[in-house]
Amino acid sequence: MCLAVPMKIVQMDGPEATVELPGVRKRVRMDLVEGASVGDYALIHAGYAITVMPEEEALETLSYLREMADGL
Amino acid sequence: MGSDPPGRTGELSAELGRTITVMEVCGTHTVSIHRSGLDRLLPPEVRLLSGPGCPVCVTPTDYIDRAMAMAFRHGVRLYTFGDLLKVPGSRESLADARARGAEVDVVASPEDALRLASSRGGPSAFLAVGFETTAPTIAAALLQARDQGVDLAALCAMKLIPPAMEAVLEAPGTRVDAFLCPGHVAVITGLEPFRRISKEYGVPCVVGGFEPPEIVRALERILQMLLDEEPGAESAYPAAAAGGNPAARRMMDRALVPCDTEWRGLGIIPESGLCLADELAEMDAARRWPVEVPPAEDDPACLCGEVLTGSAEPPDCPLFGERCTPRSPVGPCMVSSEGSCAAWFKYGGRGLD
Repeated sequence: MCLAVPMKIVQMDGPEATVELPGVRKRVRMDLVEGASVGDYALIHAGYAITVMPEEEALETLSYLREMADGL
Repeated sequence: MGSDPPGRTGELSAELGRTITVMEVCGTHTVSIHRSGLDRLLPPEVRLLSGPGCPVCVTPTDYIDRAMAMAFRHGVRLYTFGDLLKVPGSRESLADARARGAEVDVVASPEDALRLASSRGGPSAFLAVGFETTAPTIAAALLQARDQGVDLAALCAMKLIPPAMEAVLEAPGTRVDAFLCPGHVAVITGLEPFRRISKEYGVPCVVGGFEPPEIVRALERILQMLLDEEPGAESAYPAAAAGGNPAARRMMDRALVPCDTEWRGLGIIPESGLCLADELAEMDAARRWPVEVPPAEDDPACLCGEVLTGSAEPPDCPLFGERCTPRSPVGPCMVSSEGSCAAWFKYGGRGLD
């Protein structure tokens, strides 16, 4: 239930942002993070960005999540 | 298995020369460990145990009963995360109640509940279940609902992980040598609560990511701390900074206050829950629509409570894989895809295969 997915911020719009993964685009709330900007990776949980994370770590996590999804 | 233990766990464990029990308190860790078979690849002297890390599993039965009573007796529309839908109440689950006409909607975000409540009107309640990871999102949505005048209440059962870890350490008959701490809880809390526990109880507390190599990295740090006899708290998950997310904690502090709450398997733990702060008191579903429900009667054979505290493992339960399967679950540990029983059933576990 505490699953969170890193997604890339492609547009900031006040308290909201558009984030994406290849093939997925999503509007999320930015109320819980400070200092995020376009191009950053944010960890998305329950429709909210809960932290901003380094790209390298984000990509590593994503490849694992993809593997998990393939196994389900 | 015949293969070498992952990373340096083999050599560190051999050097330590004793069997240790590491408890994880995160459903995502549970799934990752069983799915990857990590529990079977580790040296036999490193025993992994699941603790109370699945928010759905630790939610007591009467919470479900109360939510349904609100829906049927007061016509309250319920918004819930999908995980909670099939958890059995005393007589039925929210999914069953929905089939009988209760208004129950599944949402992926508390903000979806806010949006739907705003467009539909009428009394509605969000089933506020979750740990520190989720609580700030609920806090943000409730504050937004209040500011926008949207009629959305919350039935609170949010919980805090560190008090549950302490309860496990204090419980008679449970031996835990170290904690693999939950990565996404730590993203919010930072290391401070884990530092306190490691200091007070002398157990290493290492925050781990969710990929098997990240879990191995955290276990190596735990083994090293035990070898050096220097138990501490640290993060082996880069997304979880030592200071956590102060903005998210401020959001929680504005809307929520710690309160005593009941955990399945652990009973009432003081200050281990989050309830609405005074200024949001009118959004408290329990106050607004008081309902009396008879004390919940759980199946006496179900060992979910023991599984949650680590005093039993899923195959110890007489119902496991027999009367209780993911298709027809008896207890919440089998209902939730992140429950220990569901993970053992789906992927197996050490000693089971």
